[in-house]
Amino acid sequence: MSELRELYQQVILDHNRKPHNFGPLDTANRHQEGFNPLCGDHLHVYLRLSDDDVIEDIHFDGSGCAISKASASLMTQLLKGCTADEARQRFAGFHAMVTADNDAPVDLEAAGKLAVFSGVREFPMRVKCATLAWHTMKSALDSEATDPITTE
Amino acid sequence: MTTAVQAVADVMPQAQAIPFDVDSVRRDFPILGRAVRDRALVYLDNAATTQKPRSVIDAMDRYYEEENSNIHRGVHLLSQQATFAYERARGRIAKFVNASESAEIVFCRGTTEAVNLVAHAYARPRVQAGDEILVTHMEHHSNIVPWQMLCQATGAKLTVAPVTDEGELDLAGFADKLSSRTRLVAVTHASNVLGTINPIRQLCDLAHKFDIPVFVDGAQGAPHLGVDVRALGCDFYAFSGHKLFAPTGIGALWGRRELLEAMSPYEGGGSMIQSVTFEATTFAELPNKFEAGTPNIAGAIGLAAAVDYLNGLGMERIAAYEDELLVYATERLLAVDGLRLFGTAANKVAVVAFALDAAHPHDIGTILDIEGVAVRTGHHCAQPLMQRFGVPAMARASFAFYNTRREVDALVSALGKVREILG
Ligand SMILES: Cc1ncc(COP(=O)(O)O)c(C=O)c1O
Repeated sequence: MSELRELYQQVILDHNRKPHNFGPLDTANRHQEGFNPLCGDHLHVYLRLSDDDVIEDIHFDGSGCAISKASASLMTQLLKGCTADEARQRFAGFHAMVTADNDAPVDLEAAGKLAVFSGVREFPMRVKCATLAWHTMKSALDSEATDPITTE
Repeated sequence: MTTAVQAVADVMPQAQAIPFDVDSVRRDFPILGRAVRDRALVYLDNAATTQKPRSVIDAMDRYYEEENSNIHRGVHLLSQQATFAYERARGRIAKFVNASESAEIVFCRGTTEAVNLVAHAYARPRVQAGDEILVTHMEHHSNIVPWQMLCQATGAKLTVAPVTDEGELDLAGFADKLSSRTRLVAVTHASNVLGTINPIRQLCDLAHKFDIPVFVDGAQGAPHLGVDVRALGCDFYAFSGHKLFAPTGIGALWGRRELLEAMSPYEGGGSMIQSVTFEATTFAELPNKFEAGTPNIAGAIGLAAAVDYLNGLGMERIAAYEDELLVYATERLLAVDGLRLFGTAANKVAVVAFALDAAHPHDIGTILDIEGVAVRTGHHCAQPLMQRFGVPAMARASFAFYNTRREVDALVSALGKVREILG
């Protein structure tokens, strides 16, 4: 059971049940669609980027597993108010954490709230679930292109 | 539920009443003794690939230790022995599917390669713009994409026979799609998602009225049903060794001699020729014409060992045992709160696809894995079928004759964990 609880931490379950910032964002000026063809996860990230590159608001919607939904929900909470560069850095840190070796120590302080996803690294097949929203967010920041991205 | 038993009984009327001793059968499969995350492995992903009995592993080891050599080439003893073993394997596989002769068995990598072989060597030169290839809504991508590519290259059209809400092929719908423009029907013997066994004989009779040949994808049929290609009445039948308790990288295509003979080779190379000059090549006789290059000799020997193993157990007894297991699993799963079963056809092999309202299939897969139960989740290489049922993904438990009621119980109790955590 402990392995289960380590992956499905209460925070993740809560975000899965009641995702934050869920639904389209009318004022968005960036939008991107993300797919994980392997499991059928499919979400949209909407964000409003100010002229000085601050994420003023960010929403998501779509369907997916608990890990991908919770990850998207927490991401939107964390990134509101960040600059685009800060958002990219947080993604890099998050990505490093969920793909690290099982026995590497987790820098809990750096991970902050995202530390609840540290159990994902024990399940390599689920890394794509945890990062789908982030990949989608990054590609929304990087361009105004509306081509759907995939984590494949 | 009347299931695989009947299909097999039609083929092998002499019923054997020896009880099926699953515990002893399990001991034939070394991997079933291993633990996963400190629990006994409950392997319910047999539609993806099956485990291998000791006799198959040993046959391949023995080949490498005692006979390894290239075939059809050397005059030396090892080459003779390897050639003999390879051709003897072909003969046993021919018998397993009741082909009229071994030359109708073409070794290939698996079902996927067989579909591509038929698409290129049979269909391609015979299909023109405006012609049609008929598939069904329950096909695996490997029995869709090669036909789609053929259609793109030729301007032909892919037509699709509908599937009912129960997951059965809609026979009237199928008949409606047959026309004088249809050049080939490609249909699965059994669905890898719904478990549905298609009435191949009936479909062949319908198609043959228009002189349309029928290709049967036997990837999921061969492991569960006795295959008699002549009783089925089809024109091509293909299956994968790895889903039939044999190694990966080997499979077989059976084709009617007249059709195979009329076909040009699929790949060029060594072994598939009679004589070569820089001006012209004459091709070898069947089946070598379709086996360019050094084949998977050990794989063929492993596949024949698997067939021997299955014959030893008896396909009818296997099917009867699996039917019971399917009935039990279906009953127990239907009692799980919030579970939706996909595929409730009257004739099914032991495959159950489902969804839980409480959890995404991917979460089900992970939680079951932590509980030691291996199932598959996702689209099962059948995205059009997922669309047909309006879901992005399903969870699937697929059984083999070495699975037990205890393992069904483990599945159900692990599903309880899923509900506990995500419900
Ligand atoms: C119904 C069906 N057809 C074809 C295939 C493809 O088989 P292979 O990957 O062995 O070529 C599969 C395997 O998943 C299958 O289930």
